Amino acid sequence: MSAVRKPSYLTDGIAQIGACSLFLLRILAAVPRSLRHFRETVRQIWFVGAMSLTIIMTCGLFVGMVLGLQLYYVLSIFGGTAALGTVVSLSLYRELGPVVTALLFAGRAGTSITAEIGLMRATDQISAMEMMAVDPLAYVVAPRFIAGLIAMPLLACVFNALGIFGAHLVGVSWLGLDNGTFWSNMTSSVDVWKDVVNGVWKSVAFGAICTLIATFQGYTTAPTSEGVAYATTRTVVFSSIATLALDFVMTAFLM
Amino acid sequence: MNEEQRAPIADDVLIRVRGLSTVLNGKTIFDKVDLDIPRGKITAVMGPSGTGKTTLMRHITGQLAPDAGEIFVDGQNVVRLDRAQLFALREKVGYLFQNSALLTDFSVFENVAFPLRQHLSLPEVVLRNLVLTKLQAVGLRGAADLMPHELSGGMMRRVALARAIVRDPMLIIYDEPFVGLDPIALNQILKLIRTLNETLGITSILVAHELAAISRVADSIFLIAGGKIAAHGKPAELERGETPWTKQFFSGEADGPVPFQYPAPDYAAQLGLTGARA
Repeated sequence: MSAVRKPSYLTDGIAQIGACSLFLLRILAAVPRSLRHFRETVRQIWFVGAMSLTIIMTCGLFVGMVLGLQLYYVLSIFGGTAALGTVVSLSLYRELGPVVTALLFAGRAGTSITAEIGLMRATDQISAMEMMAVDPLAYVVAPRFIAGLIAMPLLACVFNALGIFGAHLVGVSWLGLDNGTFWSNMTSSVDVWKDVVNGVWKSVAFGAICTLIATFQGYTTAPTSEGVAYATTRTVVFSSIATLALDFVMTAFLM
Repeated sequence: MNEEQRAPIADDVLIRVRGLSTVLNGKTIFDKVDLDIPRGKITAVMGPSGTGKTTLMRHITGQLAPDAGEIFVDGQNVVRLDRAQLFALREKVGYLFQNSALLTDFSVFENVAFPLRQHLSLPEVVLRNLVLTKLQAVGLRGAADLMPHELSGGMMRRVALARAIVRDPMLIIYDEPFVGLDPIALNQILKLIRTLNETLGITSILVAHELAAISRVADSIFLIAGGKIAAHGKPAELERGETPWTKQFFSGEADGPVPFQYPAPDYAAQLGLTGARA
C-alpha cells in the first residue's frame, strides 16, 4: 500500500481553514506587540482605506443610481414611488453597502496585501526581519489586519452615503420625485441601531475575514512568481465566498 | 533558563554542533555532523553547491529545526529555545542573506537604520551618525538616499552587509558575501571583515566559494560534502589537497568524490541513442 496520501480537496480545504484559524490566533496574539508600530498601522489605514476611496465612491454612486432607477420603475407599478428613499437606504445599510464594499475591498486592497506580503516572503524580507529579531506578524501582518478592521466600516459608510446620493440624483433630480418625501420617508423608517449599526457590524466582520484571508494567503504563499499569482487569485475567490457566506449567517442572527 | 537550554561550553567555542542530522525533500543534507566554531575567529564554510551550507546557517540561527542533534550558540541550545529566547539571541547575530533581502520600500539609510529603530531608542542624531558610519565602511554613504531598486547587485549586498553589522553583533554570518562585487569592493569588504574581527572580536562565519578571497581572511575552513564534514583545517592546509575531497574541490576537477552531475538517468538513453546503431 502506498504511504503517499492521495490529494483530497475536502481534507486540504479543512486543513487550510484550520491553518487560517491558527493564523488568526497568532495575529491576535501579535496585536499588542504591533501597537509599538503604530505609524505602520496608520500607513496601512491610509493604504487600504484612503487609497480605496475612489473605487468605493464611484461604485457607490452608480449602485445608488441603478437602485434608484430600478426601484422607481418597480414602485411606480404599485404607485409607491414615495417609498424610494426608504427602500434604497434599507437595501444599502443592511446588505448592499457592507457586501459590495467588502467585494470591492477584496479586489482592491486584499490583492495588494497578498501580493506585497507574498513578494516579501519570496525575496526573504520576512526571513530578514525574523533574523533581525523583528516579529513579522507584529510588524507586517497585524497592522494590515487592524487597518482592514478600521477601514472597512468607514468605506461602507462612504459607499452608503454615495449610494443614497446617487438614488436621490436619479429619483428626485431626474425623475421628479418630491425631495421632502424622499428624505422624510427615509428618516422615519430607518432605525439607527437595527439597520445602520447592524450594517456597520457586518462591515467589521467582513473587514476581519477579508484581511485575514489576504494576509494568510500572502504569508503562506509559495516563494515563486506563480505562487504569488495563485495566492492573489485565491484571495479574491475565498474573500468573496467568505463574505457572502458570512453575510447569510450574520443576517440570520441580526434580523 | 533550564539546564537543557544552557550547556557548559569552553569559552573559546561560540557554536557547538553535535549529531546534526537533516533530511530535506527525501535527501540527506546532514548525517550526524559535529563541528565547533571558535569564538572571535573567522571560519569559512565551503562545499559544492546544494550541499547544505545555507541550511547549516539556518539551523544555527534557529530558522530551521534539524531532524536530530543539538546546536549550542553562546551556550544556548537553539533547538530548544522558545520564540522570545530565539529573538533575544538573534539580536546578537548579524546575518547577510544570499540575495541581500533588503526591505524594498525603505531607502538605503532606512534599511541600515531598521534594526536600530526596532530595538533601540537612540536620539536621531546618534542613529544618523551610526548609520552613516556603517555606510561609509561599505563605501555607500553617498547612496544613503537611494532606494534598493536603484542599486546594482553588488551595492545591495554591501548595504545588506552594513545592516548586518550596524549593531556590532557577537556573531556575523555572511552567506555568499562576495557575489557581484568588483575587485575594489571585494578588497574593501575583505578588509572590513578582518577589521571587525580584530577590533571588536566579532566571530564571523563565511559561506562562500571564492577560495582566494577566503584564504586572505579565514582562520579555518570547514569543507562540507556528502552530508559530512569532509575536511577541516587552515586554508593553507586544505589547499594542499591531501584528501580526495580537498584535492578535487580546490583544484576544481569534475572527477572525484563530489559528482559534478546531479543524479540523472543514463545520458544516451535519455537522448534516445541507445540501440540506434544496432
